[in-house]
Amino acid sequence: MARGATLMSKAWNSLVWLTIGFFVVNLLALIGAVAVNSFATRWLGTWFPPGYTTRWYFAAWDEFQLSDVLLVTMEVVLAVVVLSLLIGVPAAYTLARREFAGKRLVTLLFVLPLLVPPITYGIPMATVLYQLHLAGTMTGVILANLVPTVPFVILVMTPFIEQIDPKLESAARVFGANTLRVFLHVLVPLLAPGMLAAGLLVLVRTVAMFELTFLTAGPSSQTLVVALYYSVFAAGVRAGQSVDAMAMIYMATTLVWLFIALRFVDPTQLVTRVKKTS
Amino acid sequence: MTIHVADHPPAAARPTLRRRMAAAGWDRTTLLVVPAALFVLLLFIYPFIYGLILSFEPMKGGAFSNYTAFFSDPYLYDTIGTTMWLALPATVLNMALAMPIAFRVRNLRWQRALTTILVIPITLGTVLVAEGLLTYLGPQGWLNRTLIELGLSSGPVRLTHNYWGVFLSLVITGFPFVFLLTLSYVTGIDPALPAAAATLGAGPSRQFRHIFLPLLVPGLAIAFCLAFVQAYSVFPSAVLLGAPAGPTRVISIAAYQAAFEQYDYSMASAIAMIMAAVQLVVVVAVLAGRRLFYRGPMGSGKG
Repeated sequence: MARGATLMSKAWNSLVWLTIGFFVVNLLALIGAVAVNSFATRWLGTWFPPGYTTRWYFAAWDEFQLSDVLLVTMEVVLAVVVLSLLIGVPAAYTLARREFAGKRLVTLLFVLPLLVPPITYGIPMATVLYQLHLAGTMTGVILANLVPTVPFVILVMTPFIEQIDPKLESAARVFGANTLRVFLHVLVPLLAPGMLAAGLLVLVRTVAMFELTFLTAGPSSQTLVVALYYSVFAAGVRAGQSVDAMAMIYMATTLVWLFIALRFVDPTQLVTRVKKTS
Repeated sequence: MTIHVADHPPAAARPTLRRRMAAAGWDRTTLLVVPAALFVLLLFIYPFIYGLILSFEPMKGGAFSNYTAFFSDPYLYDTIGTTMWLALPATVLNMALAMPIAFRVRNLRWQRALTTILVIPITLGTVLVAEGLLTYLGPQGWLNRTLIELGLSSGPVRLTHNYWGVFLSLVITGFPFVFLLTLSYVTGIDPALPAAAATLGAGPSRQFRHIFLPLLVPGLAIAFCLAFVQAYSVFPSAVLLGAPAGPTRVISIAAYQAAFEQYDYSMASAIAMIMAAVQLVVVVAVLAGRRLFYRGPMGSGKG
């Protein structure tokens, strides 16, 4: 009986590892195929291309006006990160520290935009933005991207602020600091790691946010991911390699930030605070 | 002035608005929540309500003509089923994969490294995954070459521009999300509980059934809902990897076409509302099902 059980669990273990392996191999092959193709001179019907070149990167850079697109992406992402922290952190502070009438309603208000997928609320939102003549502009794209990121910052920061001892603030008050000084000299230094983590995650999310930008962007306010979509959508007109070169540029921009973000945050801690297994 | 004061009850008997607000917890610090709340109200709640009202003000016909048009045209109402047929199996498969992997990975020393690798697809985004799958799964791609080389298939297997392309992209982009949630729920369980069960002689499978599963079900139900809602609103990969005119004409494509190809914002809003309603129905069903499931073991454990 016992032997049968260990044999079963061994088989089960191997199966789980095989599944992980299969997933990772396919994922790496997927990324690898794009990478190889972006450096290929031409690649048809063979395992590997006959020659390698970097000219597709230059071609993609010119063809898709990537310098403009990257600039727009940077501006949008920066504005979204700064604004969502500015709006989100004070709200998170209140939710973490105060009990007030209607708190549950306010919390629900902040959870909803994260539960409803972007394309569902994006279409009515784009309609409103078009009527306000904001769609197609940078302002419109930034506003649209703030809708999921402000609640995201609040949800990440609230538990972070809860774990900061409120006695520190009280102590500063006893010594005569006003709200502004408590904020600048006590809260900001203590909150900095959490804000950095939240900001980085917002950054990664915004770079990868397709739907909202797609629905609200005009020709001069496209971010990298939307430009990539259009280039894949219109593939056939252009060489596949230059589309893949663009995909690689896009991937590099997100991956760099992901790895930086993961140095500061444990992704599993985002949902519940984890008890350390001893 | 004196008459005016006399008209009103004394301040002690009737506190000022400010006092009453403070008693309910609304003081100056609480006001910090107002900008964020206002922002969400203006850019999320207002557009949603606006869209809902707009959907009842069609370009022609009565108030409900958008909805009757949707449910009388198979080209439109079939998208509900098409999307469901993609989103439901993909979500179930992701959950089935994420659970055992999360259990395997939770106590590993290099858990974080493996987690990072498994999480990569989230940051790649659906567009890049679609482009990658087009290259990798295409008739000349590495996967088909491997299958033919190994003799598993005589000719290239068609995996792009059909149902399977979209399905696979949903699995690849959805799995990391479900995995992260499941992992955090699994690691959140106090390790003393299964240890106690093991002391009392419960093997791994009984520990799972009587300790982990009841504790995990609420979290898993939420993970399922979130993953399903994401999968149900699939858009770019259904266009790029699927057959957007036929088998993978999902509901978001119908909404997009109404809004940006026919410029019928009223109809587009109606489709978006129908999409939200379908998602809501599934979420409510899952959460109700969880309650049924969750009460059982709790009751028997106590009784």
